Amino acid sequence: MPKEVTDVICPFCGTLCDDLIVTVSDDNKTILGVKNACAIGAEKFNHQRQPGRVKRPRMRQADGSYKEITYDEAIDWTANMLVKSRKTLMYGWASTSCQAMSIGHEIAEKVGGIVDNCATVCHGSSLIAIEDVGVPSCTLGEIKNRADRVVFWGCNPAHAHPRHMSRYSIFPRGFFTVKGHKGRKIYCVDCRYTDTAKCADEFIQVQQGFDYELLNAFRTAARGEALPDTVGGVPKEKIYEIVEDLKTARFGIIFFGMGLTHTMGRNHNIDIAINLTRDMNDHTKFAIMAMRGHWNVTGSGQVLGWQYGFPYAVDLSRRDQARHQTGETTSVDLLNRSEVEACFYIATDPGAHFPVDAMISSSRKPTVTIDPHINCTTEISDIHIPVALVGVEVGGCAYRMDNVPIETRKVVDPPEGVLTDEELLTRINHRVDELMAKGGQ
Amino acid sequence: MNTVTLTVKKQPELYLECENVNPDAFAGKKADDIAKLGAYQGKEMSTVGDYFTITGEAGATAADTKIIVNGDCTKMKYLGAKMTAGEMIVNSACDMYTGSWMKGGKLTINGDVHSFCGLALAGGEFTINGNAGNYLGAAYRGDWRGMSGGVLRVKGNAGSDVASFMTGGEMIIGGDVDIHLGTHMEGGKIILKGNANRRVGGQLVKGEIYVFGKINVMMPGYKPVGEVDLEVDGTKATFVEYIGDLGERHPKRKGEVVYGKLFMKK
Repeated sequence: MPKEVTDVICPFCGTLCDDLIVTVSDDNKTILGVKNACAIGAEKFNHQRQPGRVKRPRMRQADGSYKEITYDEAIDWTANMLVKSRKTLMYGWASTSCQAMSIGHEIAEKVGGIVDNCATVCHGSSLIAIEDVGVPSCTLGEIKNRADRVVFWGCNPAHAHPRHMSRYSIFPRGFFTVKGHKGRKIYCVDCRYTDTAKCADEFIQVQQGFDYELLNAFRTAARGEALPDTVGGVPKEKIYEIVEDLKTARFGIIFFGMGLTHTMGRNHNIDIAINLTRDMNDHTKFAIMAMRGHWNVTGSGQVLGWQYGFPYAVDLSRRDQARHQTGETTSVDLLNRSEVEACFYIATDPGAHFPVDAMISSSRKPTVTIDPHINCTTEISDIHIPVALVGVEVGGCAYRMDNVPIETRKVVDPPEGVLTDEELLTRINHRVDELMAKGGQ
Repeated sequence: MNTVTLTVKKQPELYLECENVNPDAFAGKKADDIAKLGAYQGKEMSTVGDYFTITGEAGATAADTKIIVNGDCTKMKYLGAKMTAGEMIVNSACDMYTGSWMKGGKLTINGDVHSFCGLALAGGEFTINGNAGNYLGAAYRGDWRGMSGGVLRVKGNAGSDVASFMTGGEMIIGGDVDIHLGTHMEGGKIILKGNANRRVGGQLVKGEIYVFGKINVMMPGYKPVGEVDLEVDGTKATFVEYIGDLGERHPKRKGEVVYGKLFMKK
């Protein structure tokens, strides 16, 4: 008799929806159906039962084909690579649990690796801005219950965070927002008319690459100073009107995404958006939040943050100190400059997201990829070690985009004999200890 | 003043962290002792002597020491970083952090430098007879204090984020810069002989920027207030004076708001 598991956490995006209902076969091995999830979240669970899943580690042969090897062999190869390499890039972490991350960081400290997560090609620029000027933020619950002015700047949750708008930002009725959508004024600032813009009360089309100037104009207008006739294609009258409306909010929130973090100026766009938020707090309560992508990329930043003081691109090659410099210790720069000797990828797919030159550089180095699925990165790796799907086949702690920790749930058993990230990393850690005791570096 | 000459004899496979190649680390040491100073390549600790041939000996103090580096240093980081006195000349292009956290002395690079050079420069003279990368004279990540003193001179062009969070000192750039010049500046003086791409003086609180060339797009927070005749780095000319960034906070002095200033050569 199939059973229903309720209150399941969705391990797809940073929204970490916590109301999924998953139907599981009575032998606890197969997922039969997913309710409440968005199309992408449901697919994450449905992947579990897809045929052709790799269940044992694979090693690339000289002819390019892959040979199945045992977990012990894969662990030994990986540990040897880590101990031998003078500088190893240990990238990924965004789709695994915080517990697994902390074991990975222990290994990185011993072998002098550089730990970097997906923020490096995503919200890393937001994190730099936060390092520079701080961040006035809040939880998604506060937004649901209080926000009456919502600004989506350079983000498109309609596609990237499909349930964000219905659960937190546009439609829900909260404690002080009983009218739901009708009680909120929604602005969307983007260079394109996106599907999120369709849900907004007002769409402000900014000329591409002029976000910094427009945000500067908002700040200048907030101080009552003069503006040029148009800024980034937006007339000054409109800017004054919006700023005055934002000042009258009871609680305002700015959500931002790749439209700010990955256009000209990057961190500076966020920096000035944060400062606009700070200015708005002279008039009312305002907060700002990054639309984090991977479901636990925030968790990686949290764990790295409390362990080493930096949220990503943490260089532990000195072993007695942590260093962090975007542009130097970030994955793409390390690969482009060929500054590392080996690559260790876990719970992400740089092959699909990094610039081609970086991946060409990566493909020339000894590479291990730990991932439940075959992806672009596994195909250029020397070793691919499959693991259980975190959030589906094993639980673990994750952080939502608003930095709220949520314990994900196991709904089915992993395929027989497949290790979890935690088990695998613990065994690699032990093997590294053994090799170093024998006189490795 | 005693002179130590280093000549590159081996190229590092990765990048070499030469924190110990500066007059302060060399002071009071003979060639053999200098050769034993550490240099990191990833987690591997090697020595300065593994990568350089060393001749001469250092003076008793950093101020009495002159270092000349010959050979290809494009894969050497931290050359001249944290130096407080003395003189250093590098006859090559250099990698990151060259002359960063410098407090005094004279550092000359006869070539290009990569990004993050002259970070938080506090004193001394740092001259780059080539081009510079991004974050020249800026703050270290997360710090709100960039270049605070000294003179930084670049003969060629510089990249983006030049002089972010600058609080003092003087920077002269002979060529052009990319975006974000003097962002978050709180003091000091930047003289740009060439053109700037965009976003000059964004979020600038205090300080002066002189631009001899053109700015592609002016920040909306700047307002022209008149024309002035000035002599800037030996050039006499008429400049249009702007105040800003009007979107940013500004301190008050004797009841008057102190704005940052941008001067554009007519």
